[in-house]
Amino acid sequence: MNREELVSLYRQMVLIRVFEDKSAEMYAKAKIAGFLHLYNGQEAVAVGALSALRQDDDLVTHYRDHGYALARGLASTAVMAELYGRVGGTTGGRGGSMHIADISKHYWGGYAIVGGHLPLATGLAYANTHHKCDRIVLCVMGEGSTNIGTFHAALNWAQLWKLPVIFLVENNQYAMGTALSVHSAVTEIYKKALAHDMHAVRADGKDVLAMHDAVALLADRARRGEGPALLEAVTYRFRGHSMADSDVQRPKEEISEQKMRDPITMFLNDVLFKQNLITQVEVDQIQKDVEAEVEASVAFADASPEPALDTLYNDIYADPVDNIQINGSLIKPATVLPRNGKHG
Amino acid sequence: MAEITFREALKRALREELARDPEVVVWGEDIVAYGGGGAYAVTAGLAKEFPGRIRDTPIAEEAIVGVAIGAAMAGIRPVVELMTINFALVAWDQIVNHAAKQHHMFNGAINVPMVMRSPAGFGRTAATHSQNFDAWLASIPGLKVVEPATPYDAKGLLKSAIRDNDPVFFIEHLQLYGTRGEVPDTEYLIPLGVSDRKREGKDLTVVTWGRMLIETMKAAKTLAAEGIELDVIDLRTLRPLDLSLAIESVKKTNRAIVVEEGWRSIGLGAEIVASLQEEAFHYLDAPIARVAGLEVPMPYAKNLERATLPFAEDVVAAVHAMMANQY
Ligand SMILES: Cc1ncc(C[n+]2csc(CCOP(=O)(O)OP(=O)(O)O)c2C)c(N)n1
Repeated sequence: MNREELVSLYRQMVLIRVFEDKSAEMYAKAKIAGFLHLYNGQEAVAVGALSALRQDDDLVTHYRDHGYALARGLASTAVMAELYGRVGGTTGGRGGSMHIADISKHYWGGYAIVGGHLPLATGLAYANTHHKCDRIVLCVMGEGSTNIGTFHAALNWAQLWKLPVIFLVENNQYAMGTALSVHSAVTEIYKKALAHDMHAVRADGKDVLAMHDAVALLADRARRGEGPALLEAVTYRFRGHSMADSDVQRPKEEISEQKMRDPITMFLNDVLFKQNLITQVEVDQIQKDVEAEVEASVAFADASPEPALDTLYNDIYADPVDNIQINGSLIKPATVLPRNGKHG
Repeated sequence: MAEITFREALKRALREELARDPEVVVWGEDIVAYGGGGAYAVTAGLAKEFPGRIRDTPIAEEAIVGVAIGAAMAGIRPVVELMTINFALVAWDQIVNHAAKQHHMFNGAINVPMVMRSPAGFGRTAATHSQNFDAWLASIPGLKVVEPATPYDAKGLLKSAIRDNDPVFFIEHLQLYGTRGEVPDTEYLIPLGVSDRKREGKDLTVVTWGRMLIETMKAAKTLAAEGIELDVIDLRTLRPLDLSLAIESVKKTNRAIVVEEGWRSIGLGAEIVASLQEEAFHYLDAPIARVAGLEVPMPYAKNLERATLPFAEDVVAAVHAMMANQY
């Protein structure tokens, strides 16, 4: 990677960090509701992984998805507006935080049923082979998702059909509040792939370049038709599972120890400064630019309108049908009852 | 008698049954460590009181339910918490093809005395996390389905569910956890399969359950000020479905509305309306109406979520329409 590319990795990670902190702030101000899973501490995984892929490679993730969206190049304005549930959001306010997507950028979405998206990713990989295109699929999940049936079903299938998919497990060592050793008999997650005869590696998820290199190798393999792989990225989240998590269960010392190895400062000090690839002035400028970008995303979200009520029934089917309940008109149930009660 | 929350009432039921019967165990995701005990804090503190009997499980609902069924077959009384009802879908095969089938299919030789507790409902959590499959679950022979609306009922029904020898799916509406109500300090049980009149009135019968009982009671207050008195029947158990009170009530008021939060078509309301007209057709002065949720995958946006859900004002509007003979 050249200097520009390396600096860009840094900027992306800073953007994610600042964006997530701002999201937390907006959640506290009740601009954002429901579940909000933040990515602080794990930035190097998404940024390193996506930097090693082509823009048209397919991406499927879990609900901890803001980092992937930003690293894939979705506009921070659209992501913030989605967190608000506004028209300007990535799904027009329908999905919210857990379901960021942009199909034009081959980001097929964040999914919120643990393990639910693994077969989907496998199917996308099949489509790539069927269509004889050399795109590969990156499928992201947490380590807590490696205990559910679809994990093993998808891995076996992908290996059996030698499909071009990388299963990227972000091992942040907790599934909500449950520690890895409490929820999994196998604590070296990559080993789970061995049961399916799948190529598996482990990387330091706090090291953005290690992530880049690991994914580059696996992507190359998959693109050459050598089949799927599992990549375990060992990392840690600096905040609670979601904004609803009081985070009382993780030892305080463990959290502060983990924060000593911050993926962003590590990359800045150990790579960019050490190799004289960046100056303090540039670092300050990036910080300022990113903060301005995130402020602008909030202003955009604030200004973006709520979705129109008459869009409620749009897009339930790709081939539109008359809605069974209300014949396509949009009003609250009691209001439509008199008419509706008779239409039979 | 003290006022406690719905959440606390459930916890007390668990605590009493754990203390009473050593075969009772409680399993689920994040019910021990997370936040001190449970995504919705129902089990908070119980792990300390009953060492080894409250356990965190892997995220694997098919195994949570399936392993519990196996244990129940051998005499354990597992109470499993499915973090939300949306994740029960992962365990659907175990619930429908295993839990609900064992007793009959094996000619009565196998019992499955287990409880699946699960929060349901909405809270700005979008399409996959805002559902309630009460109607779907209540359609399955072999399963019992309970959905209480008050802390008093929650406690008494959960205790009965744990003592029951059949698989019971116990639905806890998310919006009810923080609601308060009187619960006696002394022990009591409420039998499964018995509906309850929550308000006496002469003008119109409302049949409902779960969160919609709370909305209906609010509506009843508004309507009472106008001189319209609702007779409110809380089903409490959805399978077996006890419609005896509802039928008796309709014979008195001659008008009925079924109020449900779920999707309207093919919903529980449809079943209730059909049964009421079979039993009390000649007593009716108007077609029985339904207030229900709109049939869309739940959107995240605040205004859209609000628009899909029925609230007290919708009940009031439906009652007005019926009293004005607009049906
Ligand atoms: C099938 C299913 N069960 C339970 C949940 C609730 N839940 C959401 S995230 C989560 C923990 C997942 O942990 P992990 O896979 O390690 O990912 P992380 O959140 O750490 O990124 C749980 C239990 C769910 N969404 N889907």
